[in-house]
Amino acid sequence: MPPTVTIRGARGDTETARRIKIRIEGLSVWYGSLPAIKDVTVDFGANRVTALIGPSGCGKSTFLRALNRMNEVLPGVRTAGRVLLDGRDIYGPGMDPVEIRAKVGMVFQRPNPFPFSIFDNVAYGPRRHGVTSRSELYAIVERSLHEAALWEEVADRLRSPALNLSGGQQQRLCIARALAVEPEVLLMDEPASALDPVATGRVEDLIAELARNYTIIIVTHNMQQAARVSETTGFFLHGELIEYGPTDQMFTRPKDPRTEAYITGRFG
Amino acid sequence: MRSTLSLRPGPRPRRRATEGRQAELVLAGLASCSLLALGLIFVFLVKEALPLFKSYPFEDFVRGLEWQPTSTNVRFGLVPLLAGTFLVTLGAAVIAVPLSLGVALFVSEVAPKRIRELLKPGLELLAAIPSVVYGFFGMVVLARWLQGVFGLTSGLNAFNGSILLAVMALPTMVTLSEDALRAVPESYRNASLAMGASRWETMIHVTLPSARAGVAAAVILGLGRVIGETMTVLMVTGNAAQISFSFFDSVRTMTATIAAEMAECAWGTPHYHALFAVGAALFLITFVFNAVADILLRRGARG
Repeated sequence: MPPTVTIRGARGDTETARRIKIRIEGLSVWYGSLPAIKDVTVDFGANRVTALIGPSGCGKSTFLRALNRMNEVLPGVRTAGRVLLDGRDIYGPGMDPVEIRAKVGMVFQRPNPFPFSIFDNVAYGPRRHGVTSRSELYAIVERSLHEAALWEEVADRLRSPALNLSGGQQQRLCIARALAVEPEVLLMDEPASALDPVATGRVEDLIAELARNYTIIIVTHNMQQAARVSETTGFFLHGELIEYGPTDQMFTRPKDPRTEAYITGRFG
Repeated sequence: MRSTLSLRPGPRPRRRATEGRQAELVLAGLASCSLLALGLIFVFLVKEALPLFKSYPFEDFVRGLEWQPTSTNVRFGLVPLLAGTFLVTLGAAVIAVPLSLGVALFVSEVAPKRIRELLKPGLELLAAIPSVVYGFFGMVVLARWLQGVFGLTSGLNAFNGSILLAVMALPTMVTLSEDALRAVPESYRNASLAMGASRWETMIHVTLPSARAGVAAAVILGLGRVIGETMTVLMVTGNAAQISFSFFDSVRTMTATIAAEMAECAWGTPHYHALFAVGAALFLITFVFNAVADILLRRGARG
């Protein structure tokens, strides 16, 4: 890890590692009148990787987008319940979605770098949040690219277009771009599903590395991936959180017969 | 060659291949017709323009500061006409570009669906108004208004032309730049919002720059229309062939000159050939404009 990383709070400490970062109480989400998430209550620990698995359409992406209020971008979405980030309800009165999204970053399914240079992609977030000094921006860009394990590959061409990078590099660039805002939580929506196995491996290694500094919640289709990267796993089915617990236990001794049916491949 | 309408069963793949090639040839023929027409028009313009330079030096035409086609001491200087076209076009651009960008951003990024569905066809209707009607409006309404507001002796001036041409360029600029903005992938906007940028910041710093090539092409194509427009400017700019840099002076554009004088000059006279030379110059300008727009659009399509 580069020495420039900002230390936020007492990260790495075993006491705080058990700390609850996000507490969700009775969260429900509707698309119009269609329920997508039904009364989910769950806690996410700080500085660990939590995987959310489940068949397509089970609501896991909707759930993820509820954690940084990105569902509001879509018309006709209604949310109920509480999402407490460090004890403060992000849906509470006076909470600004713009401020929340700066704390809860997001990486999308398909790499979506802007059609700008590599530098401008990573510098985008800091610039919006008021950083103007060139040297400061450069330091942030360098730190973020280091954190996303991309620096070595792009250090000599920061000014070249981001769209010239390979798919795997683009996804790591998107991770760097999200990290440049200095979020506390990183939401990842199937971040490796559009990548080849080698690039997937690199992104998975990166996720493990990032968990030292960030709370990571990752939605994945791929159960091997959930087993490889996460400490805790949640299984979603039809908008309900069926089972939630330590990953190894979930994959070896699932408590719910529906979880067992899913992970042994009987549906989904 | 087999008839393509033959009903006899034959080796199908081969018949298909021939059919495909025939269709390609027909399409290529049609396409080259339009290219040929373009080439012929230019050749015709140049051919009709060239005799002027037997009696009048080319240099005096390109750099001449006076256009006096009917005085005893004739002058066919292109500069005042170029200046007129330039002034009117510049004014139209200053008015139309910010306005159409604003409208395009509003329609594509802000307006609810129902308003968008009203606004866009409404704007496109502006393109259906004949230019002579714009000119009539400019002479009767706008000229009188300008005269009153700015205390001018005449409201028929470059500013009047610029306002009307800006309105006429709006449909092209708005429609094409709105298309370019809407073609920006939703994933870019989501990425920006997810980093804590506001909708406004996303619009200005992501959507607009991502659509820059298409927006630039829209502006250039809109200006191409402005440069080529004839009837409206003929009616409202006052038609004094003078070099002026004031929007409240009367000016005359290249198009208006050709339209006004072609009917009055005798066939085969230097004046006649000079008007063709003006036409050839105008053709070159609009050709360059369209070529640049085309290159930009292609670059935009590549992303």
